[in-house]
Amino acid sequence: MKRQRVVPARCYRQAAVSWNVRIHMPDRNHRPQTIIEKVWDAHVVCQESGAPALLYVDLHLIHEVTSPQAFDGLRRRGLRVRRPDLTIATADHSVPTTDPALPVRDEVAARQVEQLQHNCRDFGITCLGPGDPRQGIVHVIGPELGLTLPGMTVVCGDSHTATHGAFGALAFGIGTSEVEMVLAGQCLLQRRPMTCLVSVDGRLAPGVAAKDLILALIAQFGVGGGTGCVLEYRGAAIRALSMEERMTVCNMSIEAGARAGLVAPDDVTLEYLSGRPYAPLNRDWDEAVARWKRLPTDDGASYDKTVSLDASEVAPMITFGTNPGMGVPVTAPVPDPADVRDASVRDSLVKALRYMDLEPGIPLLGRPVNVVFIGSCTNGRLSDLRAAASMLRGRKVHPGVRVLVVPGSQAVKRQAESEGLHKVFLDAGAEWRQPGCSMCIAMNGDELRPGEYCVSTSNRNFEGRQGKGGRTLLASPLTAAACAVTGRVTDARYMLGT
Amino acid sequence: MLCICPQETAMRKFEPFAGRLISIPVDNIDTDQIIPARFLKTISKEGLGDQLFYDWRYDAGGRPRADFALNRPEARGARILLAGDNFGCGSSREHAPWALAQFGFRAVISSSFADIFRQNALKNALLPIAVSREIHRELLDLAVSAPEAVVRVDLAAQTIRLPDGRAFSFPIDGFARQCLLEGVDELGYVLNRESDIAAFEAGRKSLIHTLA
Repeated sequence: MKRQRVVPARCYRQAAVSWNVRIHMPDRNHRPQTIIEKVWDAHVVCQESGAPALLYVDLHLIHEVTSPQAFDGLRRRGLRVRRPDLTIATADHSVPTTDPALPVRDEVAARQVEQLQHNCRDFGITCLGPGDPRQGIVHVIGPELGLTLPGMTVVCGDSHTATHGAFGALAFGIGTSEVEMVLAGQCLLQRRPMTCLVSVDGRLAPGVAAKDLILALIAQFGVGGGTGCVLEYRGAAIRALSMEERMTVCNMSIEAGARAGLVAPDDVTLEYLSGRPYAPLNRDWDEAVARWKRLPTDDGASYDKTVSLDASEVAPMITFGTNPGMGVPVTAPVPDPADVRDASVRDSLVKALRYMDLEPGIPLLGRPVNVVFIGSCTNGRLSDLRAAASMLRGRKVHPGVRVLVVPGSQAVKRQAESEGLHKVFLDAGAEWRQPGCSMCIAMNGDELRPGEYCVSTSNRNFEGRQGKGGRTLLASPLTAAACAVTGRVTDARYMLGT
Repeated sequence: MLCICPQETAMRKFEPFAGRLISIPVDNIDTDQIIPARFLKTISKEGLGDQLFYDWRYDAGGRPRADFALNRPEARGARILLAGDNFGCGSSREHAPWALAQFGFRAVISSSFADIFRQNALKNALLPIAVSREIHRELLDLAVSAPEAVVRVDLAAQTIRLPDGRAFSFPIDGFARQCLLEGVDELGYVLNRESDIAAFEAGRKSLIHTLA
C-alpha cells in the first residue's frame, strides 16, 4: 500500500506576530484576493502537505440538538472544552413556543434542553437557555448580541450558520463530530473551498423582498449549484440591503448547496454592529474597523465560479415543490414535467408535484392555504415582523387559516411588542408565540397536519419538514401575511398601500 | 505517514468488503428524508437505524410500505446504498450517517454528495462514493436487473468491482482515506497539534471581549 509522506509545510509557530498584520500584510507582489481567501488564510493554523488545513474557529455556537453526543465524546475521552470563552449556547430547536408558564408536554425535548444546560455547566460555557432574556434562534442571537463580527470564522452544528456570513464572516454548519472537534481543539480540519461570485445588480421592486431574491437565485442556480463553494454576494442590489435582509440572503446559501455565503462589510455593517453588547468598544472598535475595511475583495481578484442575477427582474417568489430550488414567481404557472427534457429532473418534479398534490401548468395564485408561519432564522427578525404587520394592520386573518408569528429571539419579541406589532398580529387573529425554531423544523409540537398547505417564511420545503405529510410553500413575510388575509396564495403587490 | 495521535482508535480499520446494492434513485435526497427531525430529540447516537427513511419506509399507521426499497427482501444484509444526485443535502444533522450506518450500510454511491453530509459520513466510516453519471446509470441497471449481485468495495485501491470483474475507480480525500484505513479519527490529529494552536492563539487577540 502506498502511503503519502507528509512533511510539515507552513505550520504556524511564531507567537509574537499580531494577527492583523498577518492577515493584511501589504504585499505588492501578492495576488489580489477575495474576502473568502482573506478570511480563510487568516485562520489557517497549520497546513501539512496532504492534510486538510487546520482552521481556527473564532466563534462556536451550540444548541441542544446537535451537541449532546459531542459532549458525550469529550467525557469519554476525558477532554475539556478548550475555549469556553469562544463558545456560546442557546436552546431553540426543540423549545416550546407556547406560554412558558404551561407545563412542558414533550419530556424527551425537555430532557434534551436540560442536558444542554447540564453540559454547559460542566464545561463552563455560557448558556442563553430558556428563561434567559437573550435566548433565541442561534442565528438570530449571534448577530443581535454583536457576537458575529466581520472577518471571523463562525461554526455551529446547524446548516443555517451561513446566516452569519452577512457580516463578512466565514460561517458554516458542521456535524456533531466536528462540534466535538471544535469544543476540544477550537479548530476544524477543512479543505480550502472553491469561491463563487454571486453578482446581483439592479434594484428590488416595491413588494419584492430579500427572500424573493434568494429564492429566485436558488431556482436559477439549483440546490446543488453551490456545492464545494463559498459564495460571495456582491453588487448594487446587495449593497442596498439592510443587515437583516443580508442575513436572509446568506441564510439560504446552504439551500443552493454552498456551506457558506458572505457579504463584505460596509457602513451598513458597522452601523448595525456599533454598540451591540459583545461588539468591541472604544479603541478596540477603531482597530477592528480599520481591519474590517481591508477585508473586501481586492480589485482583480478571481473566483472559481460566477453567477449573476438582475434584482430588478425578481418578482415575489413562491415554491411549489419539495426543495427550495423549486420556486417560481407567484404569478407563474407550476412547471409541467412534460416540458422537462432531463429524465432525473423530470422524475423529481413528478414526485414533488405528487407529494404536493399540485397540478402542473396552473399558477398557485388563488390556491387555498391552511396555515401561515412567520418566523425562523431566515425571516424571524424585527424587519420581517414589521413587513408582516404592515400587511396585517387593520386586516383580519381569513377564517379557517391558522397563523403563527414566532419572533426569532426574546430581543426581537421585546422590540416588536414595544412597537405594538404583537397587537397587530393578535387583533388580526394570528397567534403571537415565544421565540424558537418552531414550525420551521417542527420538533417542538408546532407542526402541520398531514395534507395541510402552509405558506412559510422558513427555509426548507422538504417533504414532512413542517410535520409529517405537511406541504410547505416558501415565501417572504409580506407574501405570507397577504396569504393569511386572503386565505389563498396571493400576490402581495396588489394589497400594498390599500 | 501523517502523524495521528495513536490513542485515537475509536473506529475499526476500514477493510475491503462486498455487499449488495439497494437503490433509491431519487435526486436531492435531503437529510430530513434520511431521518426526520422529530427523531433528533435523542441525546444518544444509538437506535437510529430503525428511523432511517422513516416517512418513506412506513405508512401513516407505522406499517412498512412494501414498495419502498429498504423493505424489499433483498435489502436485508445490503451494504451499499445507491442514491440519486446531490445526496444528503439540507440539514447538517450527523444523525443521517449514524442512521445509515446503524441500518448496516458501509457505503453510499451517488453522482454527487452535499458537502456537510460527505464530511459527516467520512467521520463515521460510511464511505461516500461519487461516480460519473454513466457509471451511476450502469450500477442502477445492475441493481434492477440483478438484485442479488454483489459489489466489492476496496478503499485502499479506491475501486468498486462488479460481479463481471470490471472495476471503477472513485476519488476520495487522501487524508480521510488514510484515517479510515488506519481506523483513527481526525480529532486525534487536531489534539496532536496543540502547540501550533496555542502559538496561533498567542499571536492574536480575540474579538469577543466579554464572553464567559
